[in-house]
Amino acid sequence: MDDLYREQILDHYKNPRQKGQIKPSDHSFEDENPLCGDFLHIDLKTDGQGVISDAKFEGQGCAISMASADLLLESLIGKTIEDAKKLSKQDILDLLGIELSPVRLKCALLSLKVTKAAAYDLKEADDNLME
Amino acid sequence: MYQKEQFKKIKSDFPIFQRKIHKDQRLVYLDSAATSQKPELVIQAMDDFYRNSNANIHRGIHELAEEATRLYEDARLSIAKFLKVDDARQIIFTRNTTESINLAAKTWGSTFLQKDDLILLTRLEHHSNLVPWFMLKEAKNLRISFIEITPSGELDLEHYGALLEQKPKLVAFTHMSNVTGTINPAQTITKMAHEAGALVLIDGAQSVPHFPVNLTEIDADFYAFSAHKMCGPTGIGVLFGKYALLEQMPPFLGGGDMIRKVTYEGFTVNAIPYKFEAGTPSIAEGVGFGAAIDYLESIGMETIAEHEQELTHYAMQALKDEKGLNIVGPDAEKRGGVVSFSMDGIHPHDIAQILDADGIAVRAGHHCAMPLHQHFNLPATTRASLYLYNSEEDIDALVRGLAKVRKVFA
Repeated sequence: MDDLYREQILDHYKNPRQKGQIKPSDHSFEDENPLCGDFLHIDLKTDGQGVISDAKFEGQGCAISMASADLLLESLIGKTIEDAKKLSKQDILDLLGIELSPVRLKCALLSLKVTKAAAYDLKEADDNLME
Repeated sequence: MYQKEQFKKIKSDFPIFQRKIHKDQRLVYLDSAATSQKPELVIQAMDDFYRNSNANIHRGIHELAEEATRLYEDARLSIAKFLKVDDARQIIFTRNTTESINLAAKTWGSTFLQKDDLILLTRLEHHSNLVPWFMLKEAKNLRISFIEITPSGELDLEHYGALLEQKPKLVAFTHMSNVTGTINPAQTITKMAHEAGALVLIDGAQSVPHFPVNLTEIDADFYAFSAHKMCGPTGIGVLFGKYALLEQMPPFLGGGDMIRKVTYEGFTVNAIPYKFEAGTPSIAEGVGFGAAIDYLESIGMETIAEHEQELTHYAMQALKDEKGLNIVGPDAEKRGGVVSFSMDGIHPHDIAQILDADGIAVRAGHHCAMPLHQHFNLPATTRASLYLYNSEEDIDALVRGLAKVRKVFA
């Protein structure tokens, strides 16, 4: 438990760096995890060359899901949309630096799903994006 | 008669309380609305069945088959007696409450409901008393209306009275909500429905385990519940149905045991209740179910209800003063041992996770009642639910755990 709620995660939950909206954005997506009542909207802005210049999220959810969104978006600034498409489950776990039970993994991976769906400009969410 | 002392010993009837959680934490089990723990007696009855009496039931002409049949059918008789049902043939074994409600919807519902017929449900329902009716509504073009609830989660009986003027064919409601703990006045609701010409189905998943239920007095046409929430095993539940209705209903699933005669041309159905019990049932689970009833009766349902009332008061009192904590549902005297709450700025998953580290098992989420959470405008809640083995120490542990939660998120 101490591990799960270590300082970095709580800090990103309580003081999110990437919270907000980008209007207009270049890539956006939103989805929910009905099991938890979690909701996440992500906006990505690019510089015209496919490099992410800004990334913001709005949402509600547990500390793990919100901190993971914040950490992920922070890490994406300066990377390309192509990099975002290649993100994997392991990238999220590395960012969080903790081990997660299967139920809590779903909380953490909502941000991965929504970010990749935005990068691919998908119309509908696809759970395969969480791999 | 209720004696607090008596309940101190009850935990030792349940072997699971001997184990530790996360290496060295005492188990504080506050998730009995999801499933109850099992007493030694029930575990032993099932173990003994497999060791000494195992055989398939009905029709077998050997000692084991006859013994297994008797043990299984004895459970049916115990359940009937437990619920004050005079004719045990009205006790149909299913897998669980959900299957019981589906059975009623798929057999009675699809036979006797016609296009535009109205079903009344309540805002409090669990998904298992919503989705089977939604499926039937789609299949048969029915209408569904919802009995409103007050802000504290009690049924608005005035609104119910008004809805009854639209002549519904069925009123289906939960005897006790698994989210708000609200205990609905089952007998009054049933009487009003009958006077308006509607049949009644009651979801008793949370009621039968926790207080005396007299099905003759309530007079519902269908009543559904599960063994696993009342000290019994998973995989077995009951649908009570009035005999005259069961006679008119077509069978549920087809196969062995539900038939009287089969030819290459067709089949005739078996007698009630077997008509609704196709295939080899959960036999050992039936035996365990019977043992669970014996166990609960040895303590007494009145006594159990009193113990839970006391604990619920204690829990509500303890949680009421917690800053930023909001309890969903009515006052303690109007509810069973279920307390769902939200905490300002802290997601239920985080609450449950931090409590778990101290061995405290609660449930976080929508508790299979998404529409009700939407109604209260809550994405999810944390639920502590009580049973006979819980004590004031368990509530104290919860309160200490919540203080820790607040500290983490301060």
